[in-house]
Amino acid sequence: MTIDQLSIFVENSPGRLAEITGTLADAGIDLRAMSIADTKDFGILRVIVNDPGRAGEVLRSAGCVFSVTKVLAVSIDDKPGSLSRILGVLAGENISIEYIYAFITRKKDNAYVIFRVEDNDRAVAAFTAHGVKTAGANELYEL
Amino acid sequence: MNYYQRDMECAPAESMRALQSERLVKTVRHVYDHVAYYRNKMAEAGLEPGDIKSIDDLHKLPFLTKDDLKSAYPYGLLAKPLSDCVRIQSTSGTTGKRVVAFYTQHDIDIWDECCARAIVAAGGSNEDVVHVSYGYGLFTGGPGLNGGSHKVGSLTLPMSSGNTERQLQFMTDLEATILCCTPSYAAFLAESLISQGLRDRIKLKAGIFGAEAWSEEMRRDIENKLGIKAYDIYGLTEITGPGVSFECPEQTGMHINEDHFVAEVIDPETGNTLPDGSKGELVFTCISKEAFPLLRYRTRDICVLNRDVCSCGRTLVKMARLMGRTDDMLIIRGVNVFPSQIETVLLKSGYSPNYQIIVDREKYTDTFEVKVEMTQEMFDDTVKRIEAREAELLSALRAMLGISPKVTLAAPQSIARSEGKAVRVIDKRKI
Repeated sequence: MTIDQLSIFVENSPGRLAEITGTLADAGIDLRAMSIADTKDFGILRVIVNDPGRAGEVLRSAGCVFSVTKVLAVSIDDKPGSLSRILGVLAGENISIEYIYAFITRKKDNAYVIFRVEDNDRAVAAFTAHGVKTAGANELYEL
Repeated sequence: MNYYQRDMECAPAESMRALQSERLVKTVRHVYDHVAYYRNKMAEAGLEPGDIKSIDDLHKLPFLTKDDLKSAYPYGLLAKPLSDCVRIQSTSGTTGKRVVAFYTQHDIDIWDECCARAIVAAGGSNEDVVHVSYGYGLFTGGPGLNGGSHKVGSLTLPMSSGNTERQLQFMTDLEATILCCTPSYAAFLAESLISQGLRDRIKLKAGIFGAEAWSEEMRRDIENKLGIKAYDIYGLTEITGPGVSFECPEQTGMHINEDHFVAEVIDPETGNTLPDGSKGELVFTCISKEAFPLLRYRTRDICVLNRDVCSCGRTLVKMARLMGRTDDMLIIRGVNVFPSQIETVLLKSGYSPNYQIIVDREKYTDTFEVKVEMTQEMFDDTVKRIEAREAELLSALRAMLGISPKVTLAAPQSIARSEGKAVRVIDKRKI
């Protein structure tokens, strides 16, 4: 199972990030998780939201450049060693990770790790074989 | 005071005008007889060669512009059979619109002599080692100063541009005394020499720096850092190359080699000739060349001519530092850059045609930034793929322009537009 993540181009200038998140806020979009990749002269804002379809619409009409990326979300126990264990699963199958970020939730005693890997199908197969469950969209959007 | 050709460089005004008249009449007849393009242009103006009797009739001749050179490309203005030509040089130009200039051996000799005058004015002789770091090839910088150095009898180091380590090694090991390059490269070499602790190992006494605009402040800085006297030199491929004019030790403008190139300053709007001392567009007429003698070529360089007596003894008219250009061409680090070239690359690479060129100057070196708007097509959610595309764009720009800009990706629709059109060039250089 994969999740739709919005990846948004952010020009490296003061106020640009506030502008983009403001656009989402005005449309009542709720951010579930976010991370930013930054380079010398630009950034990529990656967000998981409650309504990716609607978020895409408002970003498009605001003239943003963005893409919808299929990522994997894995729920892990919020305790030492959990992340290392699932990373070991991918390493064991020689699956490269493009980027990764994580967040904890208030409602449950667990954390979610978001993976962008080179091959989603192989990663899901590897996780399944090791008894690691990937979270579906509804599970995440309704947190 | 040393001169390479004293009789010409210090000629009395009347005899120089007599010589110019004689040469102009001969050149007009020559191009009229051999170049249909000129014949047609003169016919349109109702002129025959006999109408040009002296230098006072120069203003009657029609102008030549860069557009004439484009439409006559490549052989349309050639005034000698190719079998009499021995060399071609070219401007960097826009795609498919380069200017090619032809030279007979006589033309090369004139050019070399003009550069020799510049080297001697900078104190050069056969005792000197002339280090030429202008580019060699189609660009006129390297071949021009190289030829001049040979005429003077100096030992010539044909270094060409780039490879700074090798430049410094030869400069110190072979004890170069006169450096010829762009002012920004001279400033860079000076910084490198100082940071590598080689400042005490150089024997430079003078520098001949041209092909880009530079300030008096930059001159003094280079002079202090290298312990030399720095001389300006001017030229353009269409007329011959470097050496059209050169500076003497007084450093108050460049003496134009008037026995070969007649200078006028015109009002760029009306085309009327302006009196000496007025600011306007510089126009040159070649009066001694054979293969490519352009008549009344509009340089688009804005300048002032000055006939005040010069302490060096030369009577050749002086042109002030250039004050700008009338067209859209940028000279960045000595290289001609046209916005249209950048546009071509961006469109081919899938970027938006909305871009901005930002030129500035830091520590006497031009900075050159191309700001492009990110497009949906070029975007990716990983940094490495965007950076790979950026690197591809950079190498395509480098291949087209010959120099590397810094590429900055901007948000869509973020580049300022005025009257519906983007502001293409922001030149912040204060020279």
